[in-house]
Amino acid sequence: MASPPQPCCPSCTSTGEPDQEIRATESTITVANRLDHLLARSGVNRMGHRVEPGLYGLGDPTPDSPVFVSANYTLSFDALRSALSGHDGYILVLDTHGINVWCAAGKGTFGTGEIVRRIACTGLDSVVRHRRLIVPQLGAPGVSAHEVLRRSGFTVDYGPVRAKDLPEYLALGRATPDMRRIRFPVADRLTLAPMELVHAALPTIAGAIVLYLLAGLPVALGAVAAVLAGTVLFPVLLPFIPTRDFSTKGLILGTVVALPFSAAFFGSHAVPGWAALAPLLLMPPVTAYLALNFTGSTPFTSRTGVKREIFRYVPFMAAMAISGIALAILLGAARLLGAV
Amino acid sequence: MFDSYRENTLRYNPERCFGCLRCTEVCPHGVFAEGDRRVEVVGPEECMECGACAKNCPVQAIEVQSGVGCAWAMIGAALRGRDMDSGTCGCEGDEGSCCGSGR
Repeated sequence: MASPPQPCCPSCTSTGEPDQEIRATESTITVANRLDHLLARSGVNRMGHRVEPGLYGLGDPTPDSPVFVSANYTLSFDALRSALSGHDGYILVLDTHGINVWCAAGKGTFGTGEIVRRIACTGLDSVVRHRRLIVPQLGAPGVSAHEVLRRSGFTVDYGPVRAKDLPEYLALGRATPDMRRIRFPVADRLTLAPMELVHAALPTIAGAIVLYLLAGLPVALGAVAAVLAGTVLFPVLLPFIPTRDFSTKGLILGTVVALPFSAAFFGSHAVPGWAALAPLLLMPPVTAYLALNFTGSTPFTSRTGVKREIFRYVPFMAAMAISGIALAILLGAARLLGAV
Repeated sequence: MFDSYRENTLRYNPERCFGCLRCTEVCPHGVFAEGDRRVEVVGPEECMECGACAKNCPVQAIEVQSGVGCAWAMIGAALRGRDMDSGTCGCEGDEGSCCGSGR
């Protein structure tokens, strides 16, 4: 995972030379690109999906063609160039260390300093006659438009949130209010599920094996169900689960998923009736914790709110889980002693 | 109840605003709207504290303590004994850039 050491405050190229080469690119997304997207979405070599920073010519650009700014992450760059099919222009790829526009803007690597530096590195002012950059709207948290103008002479025009709206934006010469709003539709939420699963996979499999050996198949299945609920069902159902807080949404979903397990224990003659409480105490906090961790993947949770959620609900989740574990230990001890 | 997102750190000083509308352009949640000569805050509780408005306001009429609303990063920072508000995001192998970043 470790990336090669980056020079502190990167110069134009790794050798420190100016990088005035204009690389050619096109709008076509190849099979190799699609494979790369699939791997990026699955968390394989997460930091390795990079494009060389610098200036790219898309199609057959002239000195009057528009300049689009992007990040050196393949998913960002490819979304941009594929949306511009049939258009000629330049793409100024910033060095964001292989991070997408939105996240890099939050860190400031997609930012004023890097735009100004990249304009100088690529000699953009002698490539185009105009002084206008089209910057993705979601790059705005890192970019100060008036600072870019002051430091480079280039005017920043914020393009739409989604690259696919660019043709309409270019035709209209402005973004419509709808283009300016971020959405989080089910397709986008589902795209993130593999990544969530990958994060949780190893501990879940290990935990399920241990639980299977200690307590049998239904308990192991309960653990897997709680994790799947938090990583796959939760993103899909996000807007439909009541309450605004992610933790309470997760507790509700986790309880719903735990109910069949609880009913099965209650109906079983192998364990006492009170064992039915165990899934209700153990599964919801697991799902809720994973749900809370989904906040960072969404485009609408504030830091203030997330922090408040952590302090409000994590102690409650922990108390629930500890009670559940105590109950399970009690049940195990009772069975060992032959009391039940 | 069950809404931790109603309050945030967004502060707007309309006295300073001269109506350039940059904030209405950069906010992806429609928090600001064009008003009579000055911008108006129409959806304060929709703010996610990304900081785009404050950063692009040429007259500093907007203040917000921007940061990443990511529980994973914050809990991770707390567990490692770091400041929860440091704003470092846990989604990368290295610790981000060593550069001043120009924010």
